[in-house]
Amino acid sequence: MSRARDLLATLRRRHAVAAAVFLPVAAGTFFAAAQTAAARCCTLPSGGSPNATAIATLYDIILGLGIAVFLIVFGFIAYSVWKFRASKHPVAAQFHGNTRLELSLTAAATMLLVVIAAATFIALPTIIDPPNSNANIGSVLSASLTAPVPPNGKEVTICVMGRQYIWRYTYGANCNKTAWQDRLPYSYQEMEAPAGEVVKLVIQSSDVIHSWWIPALGGKVDAVPGYTTYTWFEALHANVLYHGQCAQLCGREHAFMTAEVNVVPPAQYAAWLRQQSNAIQGQNDQVAQVRRYLVKQGILTSSGNF
Amino acid sequence: MSTIQHASRPVPQILVHEVHKPRQTRQWLDWVTTTDHKRIGIMYLVLTFVFFTLGGVEALLMRSQLSVPNNTLVSGLVYNELLTMHGTTMIFLFVVPVMAGFGNYFVPLMIGARDMAFPRLNALSFWLLLLGGIVFYASIFWHPPQAGWWSYPPLSSKLYSPGGGQDAWIFLIHLTGLSSLVGAINFYVTIVNMRAPGMTWGRVPLFVWSILIYAVLLIIALPVIAAAVTMLLTDRNFGTHWFDPTNHGSPVLWENLFWFFGHPEVYIMILPGFGMISEVLPVFARKPIFGYKAIAASTIVIAFLSTLVWAHHLFTAPMPLVVLGFFMLSSFLIGIPTGVKIFNWTATLWRGSLVMTASMMWAIGFIVLFLIGGITGIFLATFPVDWQLNDTYFVVAHFHYVLVGGAVFTIIAGTYYWYPKMTGRLCNETLGKWSFWVTFIGFNLTFFVQHALGLSGMPRRIYTYQEHMGWSTYNFISSVGAFIMATGFVMSFYNFARSYKTGKVAGPDPWKANTLEWFTTSPPPVNNFDSVPRIRSVEPMRDIRLEVEAQTGTLQKTGGSEQFARA
Repeated sequence: MSRARDLLATLRRRHAVAAAVFLPVAAGTFFAAAQTAAARCCTLPSGGSPNATAIATLYDIILGLGIAVFLIVFGFIAYSVWKFRASKHPVAAQFHGNTRLELSLTAAATMLLVVIAAATFIALPTIIDPPNSNANIGSVLSASLTAPVPPNGKEVTICVMGRQYIWRYTYGANCNKTAWQDRLPYSYQEMEAPAGEVVKLVIQSSDVIHSWWIPALGGKVDAVPGYTTYTWFEALHANVLYHGQCAQLCGREHAFMTAEVNVVPPAQYAAWLRQQSNAIQGQNDQVAQVRRYLVKQGILTSSGNF
Repeated sequence: MSTIQHASRPVPQILVHEVHKPRQTRQWLDWVTTTDHKRIGIMYLVLTFVFFTLGGVEALLMRSQLSVPNNTLVSGLVYNELLTMHGTTMIFLFVVPVMAGFGNYFVPLMIGARDMAFPRLNALSFWLLLLGGIVFYASIFWHPPQAGWWSYPPLSSKLYSPGGGQDAWIFLIHLTGLSSLVGAINFYVTIVNMRAPGMTWGRVPLFVWSILIYAVLLIIALPVIAAAVTMLLTDRNFGTHWFDPTNHGSPVLWENLFWFFGHPEVYIMILPGFGMISEVLPVFARKPIFGYKAIAASTIVIAFLSTLVWAHHLFTAPMPLVVLGFFMLSSFLIGIPTGVKIFNWTATLWRGSLVMTASMMWAIGFIVLFLIGGITGIFLATFPVDWQLNDTYFVVAHFHYVLVGGAVFTIIAGTYYWYPKMTGRLCNETLGKWSFWVTFIGFNLTFFVQHALGLSGMPRRIYTYQEHMGWSTYNFISSVGAFIMATGFVMSFYNFARSYKTGKVAGPDPWKANTLEWFTTSPPPVNNFDSVPRIRSVEPMRDIRLEVEAQTGTLQKTGGSEQFARA
């Protein structure tokens, strides 16, 4: 009998030792895994651009409050279902309401929403107003009422034109006005952007409604034909390729209307712009050459018609 | 206790008689020509459940397509047709009219009326709905619409959607809109004028309150969408340019008009469900509803605010910042009366004696799912957060928590609750509970992971995705969940179909419920009631039971050990 008790005690001690070692490790692993899992499943991308980070923070605040509210209300429901089931609680209390409780809970819900509204308005400037930028690559743009402009007025302007089912980017100030005359460089699907500079996007559409969205670089903005919308980002890390895609149903190949933003150091960006300009110029020259040839042969008229 | 015995059969005795007329016509002709609100109600329910099944099949096809990356089960075109058909069917041909079906059957019974105010208009409502459904579904033999249930122009214009499907969609909106509008006027007149003696506004059952507000919202919202789709029709076919940006029209005008209808529509779909829950919970918790006035008042407040929140669907559209701020705050405001309701339902459970019937399980499941849907709504109402989440799977998850976890769960709860009244037979409780758990688990598998998909950047309405996006696992879970959920619903459908013949005979008041529809036989005779008692509270049947108890010493409402709880 006593031997059995000894054995039991030893076992218990061993368990205690094992638990002392195992539990912190398990807890640590669990929390690390939970954190990784949470980052993968339950948070918005942050760190790419200040506006995206601010939105992610705002989201985290609401998530915390939301989980708390859910746990409290769900706790009450679960407790009621368990505690007051008919077999255990055969006689129901007959009461019709409690005005004071009703009003105080309404007030509590209101306070919660006031907190979220306040947090939103506190975070808002970081999300909609770009910070200062060096931006020696682009030219300084005059302020407009709706376009985001950093305090010092320096920014890189890129026009985003949505069409079924590709994005076209034109680089440089006045890109939505005099792109053709200014021979601005352009590209499709993959945008080049300088790191550490405020990039203003001028967003338009030439056919149906699209929605511009690179999650890591801030929220989405609809590209509505007939309207010009604006957003901005400041990519904090160079040599990263950000992915996004059109978020508004725009037709049968909507799923393939993707966008990439290739963030490069400013010097490399400037070099890329020159290279792209030269490439486009080279192509244009070739086209002009072919055209001259065709006109000479009498295949095309001088105004370019067959 | 020795003198008090449990009632072995429902008392009070029922004072109605079926008038048997020798049959002169064929039975199907009776159904086609009927103006009886109960038959119309049954036809509504059967028809809308057929559309629910069709919409469900479309959903399963979409989930199958998305179950693995780069799937080629359907093309982008077919996928767009499926998503348009699914959304349109579920909203215009299932959730809105199914509420009209329940309203049709139970509003006159609950207020002690013999029929709706305008029985022929009532029949017209139903046949217009059927016509709308036929016009819309006929398009699958030609070119189904493919611009989504919002049909944003220019995508829905002749240039980008040349097929006739878009026009079929417009006619569906016209026909079902007319059907709902006529029905709404009918409900309004019936509830305002035909209540039983003594049924003051403070004694109107909460389901009837919710149908009244449903009717008012339909009358407010439907003319707007009717006008908007007419403008779209003339844009497409008669050379106008309301929404054509190349001729100074504005797609944003459509977005505003559509959602001015579209957001009240959400409450049109969910408020009657709230009403059903407010009927089911007190019956199976064996205690009065907590805060009757607060629930009725919050219904009115929600309806009022629902006309002031539409632009939260347009947070990413070109709009000034002050407008965004206004619509964020108004959307927050609508969370308060909704929170009041959830609080009142929870408090109704508190210290009750909960009889966990199938109906009760679906009702409590609804509260939990709707709670999640409500909380995720706060994320979307916060406009900077919505800039990230709008048009992603987070939104898809949110509105399915509200409309499936919300509206559809209330519909099933209501069907289990009222099935004995409509057919005279009880459903199989065990199967109903299994169906609940399978659906509940399947639902959460399907839609909970979609929050994560949205957060990791998956836009809605894409027909396929690449493996390197990291969406494959969640999508696979979601698709498996969808089939589990479908199995759960099929179990309930089977239950409803089989119990019609084999269910236990229910008697007039199997649940010992509170409202007047249980004062007549199951199913009720054509004239509903021979005599209507004077109403003294919001629970007339309970009053009658207490009266009988006082007179006979027979305990009418026991502590929940009724036979049906074990069935």
